[in-house]
Amino acid sequence: MAMSWIWVIMVGLSLLFGWQNGTIAEVSAAAGTGAQSAVELCVSMAGPLCLWTGVMAVLRESGGLEKLSGLLRPVLGRLYPAFHGDDTVMESISANVSANLLGLGNAATPLGIQAARGMAERSPGVASDALCMLVVCNTASIQLIPTTIAAVRSGAGSQTPFDILPAVWLASACSVTAGILAARLFARLWRRI
Amino acid sequence: MSGLTALLLPGILLAAGLAGMRKRVDVYRTLGEGAKEGLSILLRILPNLIGLMTAISMLRASGFLDWAAELLGPALTLVGIPPETVGLLLIRPMSGSGALGLGAELMQTYGPDSLAGRTAAVMLGSTETTFYTISVYFGAVGIHKTRYAVPAALCADLVGFLAAAWAVRLFY
Repeated sequence: MAMSWIWVIMVGLSLLFGWQNGTIAEVSAAAGTGAQSAVELCVSMAGPLCLWTGVMAVLRESGGLEKLSGLLRPVLGRLYPAFHGDDTVMESISANVSANLLGLGNAATPLGIQAARGMAERSPGVASDALCMLVVCNTASIQLIPTTIAAVRSGAGSQTPFDILPAVWLASACSVTAGILAARLFARLWRRI
Repeated sequence: MSGLTALLLPGILLAAGLAGMRKRVDVYRTLGEGAKEGLSILLRILPNLIGLMTAISMLRASGFLDWAAELLGPALTLVGIPPETVGLLLIRPMSGSGALGLGAELMQTYGPDSLAGRTAAVMLGSTETTFYTISVYFGAVGIHKTRYAVPAALCADLVGFLAAAWAVRLFY
């Protein structure tokens, strides 16, 4: 519903500014070509995007997800001290984080929800500290190879669509760290209130 | 750095192929099956993009986007964020395909390798659709008291945006 409002407001603002700036003719032309550019974008990014979902499928079938999961498990235990000994929850969390790292969004969400279910059993209706941490970590992007964005970049004519990788890694690391620190800090503050 | 990232692509292709062969996976067929998943992703975002790109193109043509960038420019420049990306900051936490459409339009307008185009790409790559994710998770397990999840997640987004702008300046 929020998007409906945003969309209507966007169209309304275009008309208002078009009228104010005398650019109504341009606005009208843009209304006719916008949909076309959406299709053009999708066509131009289809190739690289499909290639990468293919490569990721090969990695997944070769057991990449399980391997990564096993490596991450000990580290993640520290983030969720309350569930450190809970194998089912910790397994879902590790698999969720691994799927997020590999950019398997369709696999990551069910795994994360599975972990969230296990956590919510202990405190029904209220988000525990662990559940807040899980959700915050899932709202921060940790995808190692942002394939969709790279596909958009090559669609827009970039010759080196993947050269943003180091910047993406650095920014993602900062963002996730900030989320984790904020969750930790707020966990303390909220208890006092 | 550019030599390394040039090796990365073919390197990943080879590594995935070899890993698959070692586990006796039918690599070529799996690649094709996986490519189908890409098509279903496209099929999911295309209908959303039709309406969004129309609205975004209209906003661009009306001069609103330039006006907003000019209005908020000084404040954004102060923290190092290119003013052209102002719309992205607002839409990113709410709509994934909306942000993708806006980012794509931005890259087409200013060029994918411009400062604004690169920053937009890094912002998209290092943040998530926060509100959507929160509602999916808490909705799925019936949580009503979300406590500090929203403010903490927004902290991560804010730092992500700032770090994206900062990282692009650092690397390019």
